[in-house]
Amino acid sequence: MDKAAIIGVAQTKYERRKKDQIFADMVFDVTREALDDAGLTLGDIDSVVTVSNDFFDGRTISGMAVGDASGGQDKNISTVSGDGTFGAFYGLMRVLSGYQTTIVVAHYKGSEGDVKITTNGMFDNIFHRLLGIEAISAAALQANVYMSRYGIREEDFAEISVKNHGNARNNPFAQLPMKITVKDVMKSKKIADPLKLLDCSPISDGAAAIIIANEKIAARAKKKPVWIKGVAHCCEDYFLGDRDLANPVALAEAAKKAYAMAGIKNPVKEIDVAEVLEPFSYMEPLWLEGLGFCKPGEGGKLIGKGITTMGGKLPVNPSGGALSANPILVAGLARLIEATLQVRGEAGARQVKKADTALAHGFNGPCGQSHCVWIVGGKK
Amino acid sequence: MAEWLKEVKPLTLKGQIAVPYTWWVGDVGSRFMVSLRDQQKILGSKCGKCGKVYVPPRKNCGRCFVDIDEWVAVAQEGVIEAFTIVHYGYPVQPAKPPFAYALIKLEGADVGFLHLIKKNLGKIKNGLRVKAVFRKERTGQILDIDSFELI
Repeated sequence: MDKAAIIGVAQTKYERRKKDQIFADMVFDVTREALDDAGLTLGDIDSVVTVSNDFFDGRTISGMAVGDASGGQDKNISTVSGDGTFGAFYGLMRVLSGYQTTIVVAHYKGSEGDVKITTNGMFDNIFHRLLGIEAISAAALQANVYMSRYGIREEDFAEISVKNHGNARNNPFAQLPMKITVKDVMKSKKIADPLKLLDCSPISDGAAAIIIANEKIAARAKKKPVWIKGVAHCCEDYFLGDRDLANPVALAEAAKKAYAMAGIKNPVKEIDVAEVLEPFSYMEPLWLEGLGFCKPGEGGKLIGKGITTMGGKLPVNPSGGALSANPILVAGLARLIEATLQVRGEAGARQVKKADTALAHGFNGPCGQSHCVWIVGGKK
Repeated sequence: MAEWLKEVKPLTLKGQIAVPYTWWVGDVGSRFMVSLRDQQKILGSKCGKCGKVYVPPRKNCGRCFVDIDEWVAVAQEGVIEAFTIVHYGYPVQPAKPPFAYALIKLEGADVGFLHLIKKNLGKIKNGLRVKAVFRKERTGQILDIDSFELI
């Protein structure tokens, strides 16, 4: 792969309800901030990728409504209707195919729609939708399979929520910085067993942007370019019943490919920090297994050993993750932005020491049907 | 936020979107639904290459990438492979919470079948056997099976 780098990033503060900003306002802000961050002007951008979903926005061809705000006029602009990590993947492909600089912008306002109705809409219209299943109840089924397969306790998942909400206190963009205990999580309102309120991400509004450039443009970026070392995505079966929900095979395949591209042989040793998309607490340990950081069933033990906490060998979600702010679609791009800030050494109070190689992860579809894994680093 | 907006209640607009769709249920889907409606039988389809029995039935095997043309009737009974008890309500749900979703491996099938359990929620465990309960009035849709019950 030709060399390409992330040279500009921006994100809004994530909030339950942004009353003063419409979609385009948020996109305009992050586009301008990402350009400033990169030290570029709009004239340097020759390709635009927007990330949005028509059903979430209540608008047909939702990307077109933020074309002006993302600087897309007179440019090649296209939309990815999926997680931001997949939008960034498309942005990278455009740079590799000859565009010099692509800006990728993602937006979402959970406050304006109904996430249960919209995520019910991702299930099969003939066999599944009438059952009323949506993202939360599907996730609860996955958590149930994962627990019963390996004898995991609800308290083990609660630890993830405690860690990530605690980490969010160091992240000025996070929506729910909280100092909570395992007991708080355990006694929070039951949602869908085994998930309780504090095992679930909040409804969020927000936007984010990232600028990906070729080597030539990266050389004149204002900040240290963060190089894309490896990236891959992989998808598995659509129907939940066709999958082994406790074994994220698509993630394992994506990770294997991304590691091979980046020359990573021992991920726990060679990766300094990871940002993974975990809108539900149980997802973090399950994804860590898929990423090959530990053996199947042992994802929950990494936190107990202090490996994934701040100061550990491999801090996971120093930002507080999606549990602390979950603007759907934007949330994966936020993971990549956080990874970028870590490699730059610009992550402020959530900075991991000597972070030179970072992993970012996002997924699409119920229970992580399709995963995207990024490895970024400071060395060209 | 703009200062003046803090002093007032920001304006909102209610959307008027209600997009009607009429989906064709398709070749295998129709046969499956008609079988539920008229015979109270659950049909699957068996891939001639890998031998996997899919319920609901599929027209093709995505893994083998071949057409499937063999029909098999699977049992109305099976084993719970995963479940969750839902405590929240929203308009699309077909039952009043609490109720459960379960992935059920029906006897004769090789994949999990997603459906509802409405009774004896406190007794549900993975590995327990359940049986389909059909509605009296059936119209040719997935909810012609009302739910599954513990045996």
